[in-house]
Amino acid sequence: MSLASIVIVGAGQAGYQVAASLRQEGHTGRIVLIGDEPGLPYQRPPLSKAYLLGKIADTALLFRPADFFATQNIELIHDQATAIDRINRRVLLASGEALSYDHLVLATGAHNRPLAVPGAQLEGVFGIKTKLHADTLAPLVHAARDVVVVGAGFIGLEFAAVAAALGANVHVLELGDRPMARAVSREMSEVFRKAHEGWGVHFDFRQGLASIESDNGKVCAVITSDGRRLPADLVVFGIGVIANVQIASEAGLHIENGIKVDAHLLTSDPQISALGDVACFPCLHNDQQPIRLESVQNAVDQARCIAARLMGKPAAYEALPWFWTDQGALKLQIAGLSTGYDSSVIVGSPETSQLSVLCFRNDQLIAVESCNRPGDHMAARKILARAPQLTAAQAAAPGFELKAWEVANRP
Amino acid sequence: MPVLTLIEFNGTEHRVNADIGQSVMQAANFANVPGLQADCGGACSCATCHAFIDDAWLARVPAAEETESDMLDYACGRAENSRLTCQLIVSDALDGLVLRLPESQY
Ligand SMILES: Cc1cc2nc3c(=O)[nH]c(=O)nc-3n(C[C@H](O)[C@H](O)[C@H](O)COP(=O)(O)OP(=O)(O)OC[C@H]3O[C@@H](n4cnc5c(N)ncnc54)[C@H](O)[C@@H]3O)c2cc1C
Ligand code: FES
Repeated sequence: MSLASIVIVGAGQAGYQVAASLRQEGHTGRIVLIGDEPGLPYQRPPLSKAYLLGKIADTALLFRPADFFATQNIELIHDQATAIDRINRRVLLASGEALSYDHLVLATGAHNRPLAVPGAQLEGVFGIKTKLHADTLAPLVHAARDVVVVGAGFIGLEFAAVAAALGANVHVLELGDRPMARAVSREMSEVFRKAHEGWGVHFDFRQGLASIESDNGKVCAVITSDGRRLPADLVVFGIGVIANVQIASEAGLHIENGIKVDAHLLTSDPQISALGDVACFPCLHNDQQPIRLESVQNAVDQARCIAARLMGKPAAYEALPWFWTDQGALKLQIAGLSTGYDSSVIVGSPETSQLSVLCFRNDQLIAVESCNRPGDHMAARKILARAPQLTAAQAAAPGFELKAWEVANRP
Repeated sequence: MPVLTLIEFNGTEHRVNADIGQSVMQAANFANVPGLQADCGGACSCATCHAFIDDAWLARVPAAEETESDMLDYACGRAENSRLTCQLIVSDALDGLVLRLPESQY
């Protein structure tokens, strides 16, 4: 297979990394990276954290400066891909241009699930996905008095912590009964609920948003599902994302909770790969069940896997999922996937917010959630990626420490 | 503008102009010095921006905080002079700093 030309659609975390890794692996053919956002490729995690707080400059968001793309001969095109012509192996762009590919990589990411309530279009209502969102939001959150956050997921809570630190009254509405319910254990949710409450954040669980009210076209209040009116000069929502599958779907690729890929991250067309937030892959660490993960680790490791395959070193994608979120003084790091855990062991102390929750399924360690215990997180990443596995009984023994166990059980 | 020297494992030296307030990791990556993967982008969550501080500089570099130190325990080939470069912020005091890069970040 000759790969004279590799075209990548989406110049986010995953798309950038595919291009950079291909060059690192020695690819000499053409690489075109198509992105529909302005500027150079950038990382999103600081948008809801340090960048919003004003702690880091916008250049610190960039993966690389402009001359990197020039010297590495990565053609960065600011345009939108509108269609894939699979028969002639071409990508069509909004500008009318058509680009030929020998291999196509889809890294189109996901967009925020929109709020579906009256008033959602008002000035002062935001989701956080892009640098543009963060740039528009930053001055408003610094000036805001009453902030309502819809959804107690990672991004909603990161934002809540920032808004509280800047002195706003923060009210979080969440349909579930605890923070980050879909992603972390009950024990860890509880630690974060208490911490946020300590920073002055008010939670309303099992509570939805009915509508948003305005004064002169600007948001002034929200009405909760149970009919209460909460003052708000800023509403930020984080209620999940929708994978950007449109061009893949119109091209007839298999879609199933994102672009469906195999263990090698190939789509139903062997000339097209997909990765990152948009791709649904069979996950070794999820009992081989298909999953779509939204994380930096997933985008970066999948990019390296695809670049290696395109350079003649194919391997199934098997990397251990890991994730972090920074909220106020708390750093939560997660190794593995806790879906379906049936027992847990706590190491450390919930009182001081320094703890790890070890999640087991059928007495198999499947995930470790660490709050302000980075050593545990790193040890967990080693343990989860190899045999032998730690049992719940071993972890529950008095004086058990993950790091010590990891060192003692190195293969 | 402070100047840093980064030495790749194979001995290649890079002199890098760094901005005050920037992390050493970012300065190196912006100068296209290979070898710092920096998977987490500077969030102190990956330990793939590991480098060794030149002995002559050890006393002059501010000590690592606890999070960094714990993460470093799992950096490849941690030594006494190991640091995560995303946590080292460039200042005038670091003008001339010399760092050596490990053979691998994994
Ligand atoms: C605010 C925020 C905070 C986050 N915090 C963390 C964190 O702390 N830790 C963590 O692990 N992860 C975090 N994430 C998740 C992480 O950033 C994503 O998982 C990662 O960016 C996914 O990379 P991607 O390339 O798949 O998608 P993206 O980075 O979203 O990139 C996709 C790009 O493709 C473009 N695109 C889409 N369609 C087209 C088209 N047809 N033509 C051209 N371009 C197109 C999009 O505009 C976008 O620029 C955060 C995300 C957000 C939004
Ligand atoms: S860049 Fe990840 S720890 Fe430094």
